[in-house]
Amino acid sequence: MVVLIAAMAVVTYIPRMLPFVMFRGKELPPFVQGVLKNVPYATLGALIFPAVFFIQEDMIYGAVGAAAAFGCAFLGANVILVVIGAITVLSAYSYFF
Amino acid sequence: MESNITARKAVEFKKGLQSGMSICIGYLPVALTFGLIAKTTGLTLSETVLMSLLVFAGAAQYISLSLLAAGTGTFEIVLTTFIVNIRHFLMSASLNEKASGDSVFGKMFYAFGITDETFSVAATREEPVTVWYMLGLVFISYASWVINSGIGFLMGAGLPQVLQDSMSIALYAMFAGLLVPSMKKSRKVVFLAVLAACFNSTFMLGKLMPTGWAIVAATLLSAVLVEWIEIMGRKRKVNQAEN
Repeated sequence: MVVLIAAMAVVTYIPRMLPFVMFRGKELPPFVQGVLKNVPYATLGALIFPAVFFIQEDMIYGAVGAAAAFGCAFLGANVILVVIGAITVLSAYSYFF
Repeated sequence: MESNITARKAVEFKKGLQSGMSICIGYLPVALTFGLIAKTTGLTLSETVLMSLLVFAGAAQYISLSLLAAGTGTFEIVLTTFIVNIRHFLMSASLNEKASGDSVFGKMFYAFGITDETFSVAATREEPVTVWYMLGLVFISYASWVINSGIGFLMGAGLPQVLQDSMSIALYAMFAGLLVPSMKKSRKVVFLAVLAACFNSTFMLGKLMPTGWAIVAATLLSAVLVEWIEIMGRKRKVNQAEN
């Protein structure tokens, strides 16, 4: 088991670390730089959807949570408040339904 | 001068801790459940905590448990872990562009703590990303992950069901909270996120590729396509101006 865990640790660390060494002090082509600047926002979209619909068996549950989170965020709440707001809305939702 | 630099490091570390608070909350139910499932899968307490200490990757750790339960061999579990975590390569490459000229060793050190969550928080930060900011951000997230994995194992039960259910939204709510302010400021961000969400949903729901690759492919496709469209648009404008 320890060998398995150690091997999992190594293959997880390598992709996390490699870019910092590979691209050290290198000026990447402008197009690649532009793409890498786009990555965070694209990642966020892909991290949220479709996974948020499958947090519970009932897809509506995830949809309500997502709507609450996007709603709070759109109204300008900071991240912690968005998290607490979404949890509160879903607690109320499961209490009433 | 010396004390000035130390003070700045302390400020950055503290800012990192603060921006990690939402990750700290978000990891709580996920890590508790991981500890719980690890126990039922037959891991010992020290193996459970060791995995969280050394791997620090939620999705991969969950998958490894279900593979262990199915009697899958070590090599396949390690390969699956690698594939599931390959997306972090893209994230580190993106963060590297934003990280100020710190020493490469500092970056190699905090690279251990690049997760979907720490990356999202750091990459949407308005100021440049410094080593000490990352250390604070990673520290609080890592502490929550490791400690709650152990607590989940020991408690042998999750949070009360209603709270457990509702807290499962926490990380997604955090992602929304990080994304929306940028969406409001830039139409490009809206396109990037919506396009990636559509690609990923198509790949996942259509079962076109495994989870790890779907996120990588969706992210890259969206990032490249939007960049390309923007450049074409700019060129056309230049051409129109010339004619």
